[in-house]
Amino acid sequence: MNALSIRQLTKTYDHSVHALRGIDLDVASGDFFALLGPNGAGKSTAIGIICSLLNPTSGEVQVFDHNLATEREAAKSLIGLVPQEFNFNAFETVLNVVTNVAGYNGMGWKDANKRAEYILKRLDLWEKKDTPGRQLSGGMKRRLMIARALIHQPKLLILDEPTAGVDIEIRRSMWEYLTQINEQEDTTIILTTHYLEEAEALCRNVAIIDGGEIVERGKVAELLSRATMETYVLDLIEGPASRSSQLGPFALRYRDDGSLEVDIPQGHTLNELLKALTEAGVQVSSMRNKSNRLEQLFLQLVDRDAS
Amino acid sequence: MSHHLLNERVAFQTLVRKEVRRFMRIWIQTLVPPVINALLYLLIFGGLIGTRIREMDGIPYMDFIVPGIIMMGVITNSYGNVSSSFFGAKMQKYIEELLVSPVSNITIVAGFIIGGVARGLAVGLLVALVSLLFTQINPVHPIITVLVMVLTSITFSLAGLINGIFAEKFDDISIVPNFILAPLTYLGGIFYSVSLLPPVWEVISRLNPVLYMINGFRYGILGASDMPIWQSFSVIAFFICLLGFIAMRLLNRGIGVKQ
Repeated sequence: MNALSIRQLTKTYDHSVHALRGIDLDVASGDFFALLGPNGAGKSTAIGIICSLLNPTSGEVQVFDHNLATEREAAKSLIGLVPQEFNFNAFETVLNVVTNVAGYNGMGWKDANKRAEYILKRLDLWEKKDTPGRQLSGGMKRRLMIARALIHQPKLLILDEPTAGVDIEIRRSMWEYLTQINEQEDTTIILTTHYLEEAEALCRNVAIIDGGEIVERGKVAELLSRATMETYVLDLIEGPASRSSQLGPFALRYRDDGSLEVDIPQGHTLNELLKALTEAGVQVSSMRNKSNRLEQLFLQLVDRDAS
Repeated sequence: MSHHLLNERVAFQTLVRKEVRRFMRIWIQTLVPPVINALLYLLIFGGLIGTRIREMDGIPYMDFIVPGIIMMGVITNSYGNVSSSFFGAKMQKYIEELLVSPVSNITIVAGFIIGGVARGLAVGLLVALVSLLFTQINPVHPIITVLVMVLTSITFSLAGLINGIFAEKFDDISIVPNFILAPLTYLGGIFYSVSLLPPVWEVISRLNPVLYMINGFRYGILGASDMPIWQSFSVIAFFICLLGFIAMRLLNRGIGVKQ
């Protein structure tokens, strides 16, 4: 069963701005799915329609086989949303923020409080349960939004840039938590993010949206294998005798800080590169990816200059 | 009760609890000012000017103005509660909590309206208590008194909701109360009987729906009114149906809440 099925979804603003141009998308139940795209690509519009925050111009959305237009209550009760911006009542306490949403989803007062205690403890917010939302730190606010989205145990969790502005430690703990609820509680997760390493680390499937259209979709592993090139930055102990821009199949670029940027085309390996460098008299002290593979593929697909 | 109705009931209770908590949390802004206003009106119009006027339509002037002053508090606070609460939810975007969840639009409307009614009645009760410092209140028709107060509160809560739905900035929720609601209320027969007005102004006054609400309430408390009570109930019922229809239509179409 699909957690989400979208058919020919369009959204036109002011009769002229085409935010979505008839997208089709399926997300399987239990998947951890990334929806990627540059700013203004249509990601947030798509999420807005799925979560009933926007009216579509045309098309159909089904959530676990419930049509969002005709089986509104059944479809919406299965969705939890963590939006991009903080959107809770800043004057309400942490506990009230989550129990209100539990109530809107039909959860009685006792059950709501019990579930709130569980979820707030899991997200390290229980100590702050009586604190108004406005007094929380940025990371706590982000976790509160996750707690609120999960309070009614949705089967489909949608996260729109959930780790934007969050420090590395909190981001890692959120990754861990999201992976847990995906694997242990069988919650389907759809994630949009600008951190492509996040999508690469967490998601099994991905769709890339650009200009209101899905330009690529598939398993993350398959897409990565289609990346035509990978770029590494090498710190050198000793450079080559002469600076050329090509070393066999590898394109070289010398950087101002003395390091060397090398493109490894698809079909060639790091071993081949290191062998070629050794033969050219180059000694390497360390190396790192310039950007991750998904990022490079993403940039290729949305017609951006990968360099 | 079906699962759906049970969920709607819980959502409604949650929404009402949240709305009541909101105005109780800031009671110094929501409950105290209207009581002080009423106290000043009673002191100046009733206590000072009223001693010169003595009677209006054969009723002691203080007794005559008390129902109108209570209703003024009910009207402005019911309206203001819903318009500011709904607009605040839109501005801070936590209205999205309701839009994402499976709550029906009718439950959303009902929740906000009951929140407005709760504040309107709380203010009405407090103003009535303050009025006891100046006169006695012994409603001649208690059921009519309560009914008119509750239905008027519903009417203006609905009007406030529509204002909140359309509002895009703070000015938008103060324009209607200042430039439409206040004149209608003051010209709605709080301080005078329309029978005293020249015929042309009496006819114009009778186009003001607030006049029927204040007079309906006055009828409940004093047993005297400028018009038959059925007219008051008819006007209130008409506006509840009209405003309720508009509010539901706006929410169903997503106007003001979904871009």
